[in-house]
Amino acid sequence: MKSEYAVEFHDVVKIFPTPEGGQVNAVDHVSININHGEFFSLLGPSGCGKTTSLRLMAGFEWPTSGDVIIDGEKMGRRPPFLRPVNTVFQNYALFQHMTVYQNVAFGLEMEKVSKNEIDRRVNEALEMVKLPGMGRRKPKQLSGGQQQRIALARALVKRPEVLLLDEPLGALDLKLRKEMQLELKALQEQVGITFIYVTHDQEEALTMSNRIAVMSRGKALQIGPAVEIYERPNCRFVADFIGETNFLLGKIKIIDKDRVTVEISSPNQEICGIGIGQLSVGQAVAVSIRPEKVRLVDDDGSEVAELKGTENLLKGRVSATAYIGSDTRMVLELGTGVRMKVWEQNAISTLDPEAYYSTGDVVRIFVPYENTLVLPEDSV
Amino acid sequence: MSEKKPALWLRIYSFLVYGFIYAPILILIVFSFNTQKLNVRWEGFTLEWYKVLFADSQIFLATRNTLMIAFVSTLVATIIGTMAALAMHRYRFPFYNVSETVMYIPIVIPEVVMGISLLVFFVMINFTLGLATITLSHIAFNIPFVALVVRARLHGYDKAIDEAAMDLGANELTTFWRVTLPTIMPGVLSGAMLALTLSLDDYVITYFTAGPGSTTLPLRVFSMVKTAVTPEINALSTIWVLIIFVLLVIGQVAQRKKA
Amino acid sequence: MISEQVGAEPKKKASLFTVLRENSRAQGLFLISPTNIYLFLMVVLPLILVTGLSFLSRGAYGQVLFRFNLTNYTRLFDALYGKVMVFSLGIGIGTTLICILVGYPLAYFLARAPARQRSLLLFLILLPFWTNFIIRIFAWMIILRSGGLLDTILQWLHITQAPLNLLYTPTAVLIGMVYEFLPFMVLPLYTSLEKIENSLLEAAADLGAPPWKAFLRVTLPLSVPGMIAGTILTFIPAMGMFVVPDILGGAKTILIGNVIRNQFLTARDWPFGAAASMVLMIMTMVLTLYYTRKAGFGEELLV
Repeated sequence: MKSEYAVEFHDVVKIFPTPEGGQVNAVDHVSININHGEFFSLLGPSGCGKTTSLRLMAGFEWPTSGDVIIDGEKMGRRPPFLRPVNTVFQNYALFQHMTVYQNVAFGLEMEKVSKNEIDRRVNEALEMVKLPGMGRRKPKQLSGGQQQRIALARALVKRPEVLLLDEPLGALDLKLRKEMQLELKALQEQVGITFIYVTHDQEEALTMSNRIAVMSRGKALQIGPAVEIYERPNCRFVADFIGETNFLLGKIKIIDKDRVTVEISSPNQEICGIGIGQLSVGQAVAVSIRPEKVRLVDDDGSEVAELKGTENLLKGRVSATAYIGSDTRMVLELGTGVRMKVWEQNAISTLDPEAYYSTGDVVRIFVPYENTLVLPEDSV
Repeated sequence: MSEKKPALWLRIYSFLVYGFIYAPILILIVFSFNTQKLNVRWEGFTLEWYKVLFADSQIFLATRNTLMIAFVSTLVATIIGTMAALAMHRYRFPFYNVSETVMYIPIVIPEVVMGISLLVFFVMINFTLGLATITLSHIAFNIPFVALVVRARLHGYDKAIDEAAMDLGANELTTFWRVTLPTIMPGVLSGAMLALTLSLDDYVITYFTAGPGSTTLPLRVFSMVKTAVTPEINALSTIWVLIIFVLLVIGQVAQRKKA
Repeated sequence: MISEQVGAEPKKKASLFTVLRENSRAQGLFLISPTNIYLFLMVVLPLILVTGLSFLSRGAYGQVLFRFNLTNYTRLFDALYGKVMVFSLGIGIGTTLICILVGYPLAYFLARAPARQRSLLLFLILLPFWTNFIIRIFAWMIILRSGGLLDTILQWLHITQAPLNLLYTPTAVLIGMVYEFLPFMVLPLYTSLEKIENSLLEAAADLGAPPWKAFLRVTLPLSVPGMIAGTILTFIPAMGMFVVPDILGGAKTILIGNVIRNQFLTARDWPFGAAASMVLMIMTMVLTLYYTRKAGFGEELLV
């Protein structure tokens, strides 16, 4: 390893012409540094530029401006077969006219590796993906999950420094997908190479990655480990895209270091929270409150007295509830059409209906200041 | 459509139509063994006409020419046509629409018009008519057909396998040779088959671009039909039909085996 | 491993190869240029020559006089040749209509045949048409000639007394043309009919339509694309045919194709022949280009 990072984007821009004759910035001034041995995910909705970014690394596209750097070397307009990275494609892209063995061996043939060595490494790769002895089969004789693993083996057998994976689990059913997520993660830790993983499934990204880059409309909005992305999103889009959250809209009244007081328009009251980003008094903001981070008490219960005087108290009526087993998910009407999702863990095992809220109940909601984030309203 | 058994009248009708289609050929075959020359009544069984056929040197010359022309024109047209199909399927380039239109002209214009225009062209550039002109002409009408067939087969082509090959270290040429070509090979072969058939069978364009000495099988058959009407033609027809039949059956069996 | 490449970008050789690699438009042009060049030389250029030729005249000794005039075109629409044009049109339309009438039930039968039988039945229809078409027309010559097979059978069955003298008449030409073009009509019709989903007919029945009405109001309209494709594949080549009229029609039955052939090989009036070709070509190209721009080539039939 000669460089500090495995892959770097230095202010990369990629412009595509649109069918109508205009242009679109598929990748819009993106700078990322990916560490050696990291499991790094590019996460975002369709069209956010994550796949394009991956293709820029692989060499299937060249940047309009900016540099793509792999292991310290600028790639420039180098074609894919001269780059030290390999790709696992979304639809596997297995060579249908070759056997599994030939597919996996292909990359080694390109390196002019000796026949014995090829044989050894191919079998090793097939073992690694838990499909030993499948060499003679043709791809179309394998199931989707098996094909996916062959695609993986074909790329890994070349021992690239970086492995690029383009939504490899998208075509698999749920159960298989979850199994493969764990297997891929284990494999990455075992082999130790850098994995760059594209997905639109945030749960997948959160489960597998060391760090995540959340992308939207060509920009990398936030880069960091899962906990950072989830607990401290740096803008409204990230807060909204990752997990679930509620937004209350309002204007900033007071700023006191990182403690911000917001005048909420509906319901009309004040909320205090942690300010994120550059904020100024009078600015329009969205207050983000995650459903699992609030506390509910009955409006006429004994606990209401405890909460008297605390800040961030809201009042609402339960309009819908769903018992999920591990928790109960509710929708509350805060009045004047503003709704809030609230999740309460079913911490006590009981059949007593009184222990569960039902539609129509009036409740008080308490949101601790630390669980409230104040984000600029129109960020992204 | 539903697969309820079709009505009786429909089955009878279809049977009759099949009869209509096959009757002439069967008659030809039967009369190739007829001692009577005029193809009117059955008189006796003989193989005489086949003997005449195999002794006919003109036929053999014509057959040889036909095969040579077909082979060469198919080879050239398949290569050029496949390149064209790839170009049209994958790329946008200047004059794309013009190229597409030009490519399809030989398919849509009447053969007569193409034949005479080639004749005019060759005469104007003082190119002696002969086997070469026939071959050049066959290539001209074969290219679009090959391109059409290959292009139709390219529709479902997964570009990702080419990218995968390059990703694994193959350069453009190697990718084409080891991955693209084998994958589109069935389509290419299909196109080549079509070109071969068109060339073997071609009468009109060959008629206009052939020189005095160069004769092909269709030309020879035509002149035999118009002049010396002996059952030798029947014998020739029978053998031709037989060969085609055997080839087609082999083709079908090969396809079944693959599936 | 590959990353042994020297640090900076690989040296850029200004070779054709690198230009092609980086520029996808250049790659496309490279692949299409053999076709473009070849077809320009062998198709476009000759056609342009023919177009020019059509405006010239034939001199007394058979040479070409380079004087621009329209006499060839006017001559084409005079009494003699005008009749030929009309006749060709008639044969073309007649062939097409008969092919539709004869071929539609067959296509319908094929579309409703069980899937296993279907490919065999299709194969059987195509099989004769892989043999040389001159041979097949010759077979009709044998059958239709005066005192030939058809006559023999009909007289034997006592349906007729005297020979029918069918050969060398327009009727014979029509029979030959229909025989020739039938599969070109049946296949597109079959494809169209086969695509009609069963659920549509079930819906029609469910809504109260008896089978004949369902056919008229659902099946028939949906098979129109097939009819159009079949018409294009039949009418256009039929107009340009000269082999069938030549063999089965004799000197009396002449189509545009025969006129063209005669001008070029017998009468040696090339400019006139060129004009006739132009007229034929314009008639057919207009039809074809219009339809195929709208509905594609039916490439699926070739696969």
